[in-house]
Amino acid sequence: MTAPAAPLAQDEPFVPGAPPPGPLWLDAWGGIAQNNPVLVQMLGLCPLMAVSNSLANGIAMGIASTFVLVGSSLLISIFRKGIAGEVRLTVYILIIATFVTVADLTLAAAVPEISKALGPFVPLIVVNCIILGRAEAFAGKVVPKRALADALGMGAGFTLALCALCAFRELLGSGTLLGVNILGPRFEPWVIMVMPPGGFLTLGIVFLIMGWDLSRKARRARAVAA
Amino acid sequence: MGSESKGTARQGGGRVSNLAWIFFSTLLVNNFTLAMFLGLCSFFGVTSKVDTAWRLGAANTFVLLITAVSAWFLNTFVLARTPFLRTIAFIVVIASTVQIVEMIIKKFLPVLFRELGIYLPLITTNCAILGLALFQTTRGYTLIEGLVFALGAGFGLTLALILMASIRERMDVADVPAMAKRMGLVLVVASCLSMAFMGFAGMGSG
Repeated sequence: MTAPAAPLAQDEPFVPGAPPPGPLWLDAWGGIAQNNPVLVQMLGLCPLMAVSNSLANGIAMGIASTFVLVGSSLLISIFRKGIAGEVRLTVYILIIATFVTVADLTLAAAVPEISKALGPFVPLIVVNCIILGRAEAFAGKVVPKRALADALGMGAGFTLALCALCAFRELLGSGTLLGVNILGPRFEPWVIMVMPPGGFLTLGIVFLIMGWDLSRKARRARAVAA
Repeated sequence: MGSESKGTARQGGGRVSNLAWIFFSTLLVNNFTLAMFLGLCSFFGVTSKVDTAWRLGAANTFVLLITAVSAWFLNTFVLARTPFLRTIAFIVVIASTVQIVEMIIKKFLPVLFRELGIYLPLITTNCAILGLALFQTTRGYTLIEGLVFALGAGFGLTLALILMASIRERMDVADVPAMAKRMGLVLVVASCLSMAFMGFAGMGSG
């Protein structure tokens, strides 16, 4: 588990377990598509489901998480040579907690009603596995430039997935989007969608569709091979 | 979520009934996993066997109890003057508590330590633990109330883990369509469980 210390002092030293070098856009795109933290890696599910009952909450949560992710990734990447391997997780958590405190107080000052609706889920960004996961797997091992690209991509991927989920739940659960009535007065809201079971159900449907797509592709590949 | 009705319950009865109300409300009505989405990583990650679910639940309950005491201590003596340090202070205390618990278990109960394996350090990043400390703060619980709250939360987590693991053990031998082989079905089952727990919702207001 412990990463071997990297005492080399060159510009781009070899770090075991570091992601393979590639163009910057690829680092960023990975977080949105083939490495999407929510849909592919299944990380950060707690905030995803807890705040996804209205789009406004989702947007605020996505921005706050992206801010913490970018800030902490950048700082960790800059200081990656100074952080001793044995205590790195503690240092990462402290850096993340600092950025979360900044985000929490800023939200409380700028948009008090959203901050109230999100409640303890803003401080809970600290334990969002996406952020610590990226610090451990990426930011602690690469130059700041790449860490920034990766953090932006991961943040965007998380925010997009979160907003999609929020939009779906808010639309069906209250017939509105961002508080604006979309489906008209005749629409009977599916209250269950804004309640806790709706969160599990929506994500379950997303995974079912993805599974259906995968099995269809597998069947097609088998048909081609035969 | 769920913090509104505390005031009314307090007027209704004495001290003991208030504590009982906190316990059952956290255990069933506001179940940490199924109603408040805390600790989902372990809920989906390690609930493939009842045995593991049971042990993880016990370890979580233990850490929750310790966290409740530390959070109360921090709130009373340290954070009253420095509220902006809340998140940082809580996470540091939780991380070191888990570390200490890990060392103690490793020294005195090596068998249990081997059985828990990676789940023990992972408790640090379980949102249920930090969530408990934060909820305890916003609701202004006393030490005893906090301990009862932690006990209810821990039992609730264990209950959800065991229920989910038992269902998944059955699901392993069932013939499900290929598209539901991965997480899809598990999430739908979680949704049904959560819906079942919503049935308890009227309990606290009665």
